[in-house]
Amino acid sequence: MGFINNSKFRAVVVLAFIVGMGLANQAFSQEVVDTAGQAVDTAVVTAADTATVSDTTAAAGGATAADSGTTTAAAPAAATTGTAVAAAEESGSTIDPQVYMNFFYGVLLVFLICVLVGVIGKIIQIYELTRRMNGKDTTLYARNFNAQLFVLALVLGLYGVYWSYVHHGGQAFRAAVTEHGKSIDNMFIITTVICTVVLVLTHIALFMFAYIYRAQPKRKAYFYPHNNTLEKIWTIVPATTLTILVLFGFFTWRSITNVSEEAKQEAILIEVVGEQFAWTVRYPGRDGKIGERNYRLTTPLNGLGIDFNDKNSWDDQLGSEIVIPVNKPVRFQIGSKDILHSFYIPDFRVQMNAVPGMKTYFQFTATMTTEEMREKMDDYNYDFVMLCNKICGGGHYNMQKKVRVVTEEEYTAWLNEQPYFFTEDLRKEFQLSQATDEQEDAKLLAQAN
Amino acid sequence: MSSIASAGTHGLEHHAEHGHHHESFWTKYVFSQDHKMIAKQFLITGIIMAVFALILSILFRLQLAWPDKEFPILEVLLGSKWAEGGRINPEFFLALVTIHGTIMVFFVLTAGLSGTFSNLLIPYQLGARDMASPFMNMLSYWFFLGACVVMVSSFFVESGPASAGWTVYPPLSAVPKAISGSGLGMTLWLVSMVMFIISQVLGGTNYISTILNLRTKGMDLWKMPLTIWAFFLTAIVGLLSFPVLVSAVVLLFFDRSVGTSFYLSDLVIQGQILPNEGGSPILFQHLFWFLGHPEVYIVLMPALGLTSEIISTNSRKPIFGYHAMVYSLVGITVLSFIVWGHHMFVTGMNPFLGGVFMITTLIIAVPSAVKSFNYLATLWRGNIRFTPAMMFAIGMVSFFISGGLTGLYVGNSAIDIHVHDTYFVVAHFHLVMGSASIFGMLAGVYHWYPKMFGRMMDEKLGYLHFWLTFVAAYFVFFPMHFMGIDGVPRRYYAFTEFPFMEKWMSVNVFITWSAIVAGVAQIAFLWNFFSSIRFGKVAPQNPWGANTLEWTTPVKHIHGNWPGEIPTVYRWPYDYSKPGHHEDFIPQNVPFSETMSSNLPHDFEGNPEAERIQREWELANSPQAEKETE
Ligand code: HEM
Ligand SMILES: [Cu+2]
Ligand SMILES: [Cu+2]
Repeated sequence: MGFINNSKFRAVVVLAFIVGMGLANQAFSQEVVDTAGQAVDTAVVTAADTATVSDTTAAAGGATAADSGTTTAAAPAAATTGTAVAAAEESGSTIDPQVYMNFFYGVLLVFLICVLVGVIGKIIQIYELTRRMNGKDTTLYARNFNAQLFVLALVLGLYGVYWSYVHHGGQAFRAAVTEHGKSIDNMFIITTVICTVVLVLTHIALFMFAYIYRAQPKRKAYFYPHNNTLEKIWTIVPATTLTILVLFGFFTWRSITNVSEEAKQEAILIEVVGEQFAWTVRYPGRDGKIGERNYRLTTPLNGLGIDFNDKNSWDDQLGSEIVIPVNKPVRFQIGSKDILHSFYIPDFRVQMNAVPGMKTYFQFTATMTTEEMREKMDDYNYDFVMLCNKICGGGHYNMQKKVRVVTEEEYTAWLNEQPYFFTEDLRKEFQLSQATDEQEDAKLLAQAN
Repeated sequence: MSSIASAGTHGLEHHAEHGHHHESFWTKYVFSQDHKMIAKQFLITGIIMAVFALILSILFRLQLAWPDKEFPILEVLLGSKWAEGGRINPEFFLALVTIHGTIMVFFVLTAGLSGTFSNLLIPYQLGARDMASPFMNMLSYWFFLGACVVMVSSFFVESGPASAGWTVYPPLSAVPKAISGSGLGMTLWLVSMVMFIISQVLGGTNYISTILNLRTKGMDLWKMPLTIWAFFLTAIVGLLSFPVLVSAVVLLFFDRSVGTSFYLSDLVIQGQILPNEGGSPILFQHLFWFLGHPEVYIVLMPALGLTSEIISTNSRKPIFGYHAMVYSLVGITVLSFIVWGHHMFVTGMNPFLGGVFMITTLIIAVPSAVKSFNYLATLWRGNIRFTPAMMFAIGMVSFFISGGLTGLYVGNSAIDIHVHDTYFVVAHFHLVMGSASIFGMLAGVYHWYPKMFGRMMDEKLGYLHFWLTFVAAYFVFFPMHFMGIDGVPRRYYAFTEFPFMEKWMSVNVFITWSAIVAGVAQIAFLWNFFSSIRFGKVAPQNPWGANTLEWTTPVKHIHGNWPGEIPTVYRWPYDYSKPGHHEDFIPQNVPFSETMSSNLPHDFEGNPEAERIQREWELANSPQAEKETE
């Protein structure tokens, strides 16, 4: 196990390392220049839109740009395009030289860490040199040091898992407040128990085997190509566990999604429609039926494109938020005006995508009012919330609607206050279009006769 | 003499000429048709893309950790359009996430992984002079490079890169008005993807035909190393599923540019009524995930193959349950085609279908479990050498288990109602793909580096790289599970708008710092990788004492791989620490007649003649054999 003409070679490496880092550094700042140029490019485009700035400001802009090292390269480009820098000025984007300094310090820090690592490498090398002079091995000791680290990783890792479960798990998990949510939670907990046991056992095996069976110069590994019994066992055991999980999951899933016709009739139907980046909530009114929509009827007044030919729509009400009565089945009809969104209420274990051109449904029964939840959480500002959970654009991260679960009486009272969709203005608009339609019909009729 | 000719011919007559013919710089390094060089091209391109995607992830992690803070340097780097006042703009955030995901999945872990190791190892380990069609192989790389260039170039268009997520679901990806990234950026994404798929199909056809046709004498299918099995099945999966993505992409292209309505219906985008009617966004999802799910196995299986080989070699033990390992790969291959619907449980797909997909999905966990247990059994009573490659292989097994287990949550349609599209999913797929596959790939790089570059990488730096990356990856992805359980959606630009997310802000800071550490740790790798090309210790021919054929080739690369005749294969690749043999490995090309002292009855596959010879030998040598064992 000869280590080659070590020290000289390593010295060269360290030197090359330092030079290389210097080069890399330069390359990096080169990159800064490039992208600065690019920044100017984009600025040019803005300038094209707003090109109303005089040349004198442009010159001033060029001057300021020349201050700091990296923008200098950008300056000629700026000078030729004139207004570009000015536009950049205008949008207030002169960069404080301090920014470059900070960036430079950051890079320097990384560089220093690299040098430090290089130095430590050097020290290890010297240590190995002495080991070799004393006739000790120089490869195996380092490799087997990793075996020790694996044990350490195992201990710390298991503790870390425990800590995460307690701290992060504690703050992440809140019991579901819907009927079906309870069975999802059950499944979740069973799965977690199984997974945690498997995770812990396999990792103990993995890392302990690594430690126990670390290479020893004299030992030979045990030739053990297969064992059919063992392999059968660890095919069948996971297979049975999974079968149980599958069956359990399948029936839970069916019970949530496969709603019988009577159950559908019993539930309160509520519609939510997503659009970038808001939700509209529609309650069915006295008739319990929601009027049809036709997206071609969308106007600024009739945002949902409700088809008022469908009389079911006349008493539909606009909900300011989502309010549902406790312990009563509600059925959400989910739609979208533009692109995909997703109707997601974490506390309820409810999620369903909103798909344009298609209605989707989710039926559930909340088991706890907001008030009760607040008490349970000991947080008097706590609210259930429905959030969009399908990427839908820049406002995706803030597309929400408050959900309030209330008693039946509160629900009726609240609902009475909600306005109708079919407002005065809409009625006029509708009658107008109705009238023109009739006129046209009459015309056609006359022609036909 | 072209390498096309040399690929098919196993004869040695023309190999005497080697050394005479000169390659120009262009044919050697650029338009190379040599599988070894193409492998290196794929690897280095993959590494560059990985670094790029990693930087993107650090950028959006900065935003997630410090949503209120300004980083003026970002304005310098990205321009004031995307990072005005040093704050990343929400749409640009989505672009970063999208391109990060796309590059990591397709360019790094599909092309970078399969492209590198299939090209390198298939001819080497099977005893072939080159790929079946070196020219197609070269095209495959060039289409890949083209795809990379087009993808990266989308950062330079005014409306920005594609931003609809790496899954590019329409209508968001189809309607430029909905998000600016769906303008030219999305077109470039689609073009890039089509080029990428062409590259994959060219490569895949080549891998399959090489494996089926160019195996050396004696290399029957059941003597192939698990790496080759993995590449073979991966190529089949890719060949069957990537074309479906083409159809998805082409239809999307039509919807965007020609005005068709395959995926679009009933849209009112920002007050404007679109004429499209009759399409369905769900159709796209079916087409996408018909590739998308097999894709995750395209990403995973080569990593499993590499890991099998490395674990076996460095445990100095045969891989436990070779046949079971192959059958589980085959099982995964077949099942991977019938589970795609698990990505669509709550997208409005018929719920009954969801139930069926859940069943198929959880079945696929069985072969995965078998593989994990077999890895553990391989380590058991081994004589484990902790080379950097072995460290990464062990790390891979750890991530494969921890990430695979959460598959039981997301694969269960009932639980998935709650965790779908949350950070739980981000944690899940980063552990299996983002960590396990990447570790498999890195293990492969450390292990086959001597074969690729003829030099050794530095072990100490490898350890540093391993430990930092291993710990940081868990630090980054483990806490994300809990955010998901709490209901924090993925692809959120900031956690500032919801009171219940406030408690995760400090965790986000922790994650981002860990990600930065992980990112910086890659310098150890990059330095090690690139400097060792020039300055690494010169590699011996078989540095790891491995059995497979690639280690019988000379260190210095030659055209056609072996200077003389291609070795013949006599045994399976896992005769490590065979009792009775003086060394702890017996390469595949060593005939049984040279290892009389260690042959087992099983080795002769029922050949009576060989058994008779063995028996006679044993009779003749029995006293001596006893002495040896004493
Ligand atoms: C330093 C390493 C990495 C970090 C810190 C990181 C972080 C993240 C985060 C936080 C997201 C989710 C953002 C969101 O949904 O809001 C994400 C998305 C993603 N990442 Fe990574 N990631 C890393 C490496 C990888 C690797 C190696 C892969 C390879 C498979 C990968 C694949 C993906 C994919 C496919 C997505 C989804 C993109 C999308 O939502 O469209 N990432 N990454
Ligand atoms: Cu959204
Ligand atoms: Cu999948």
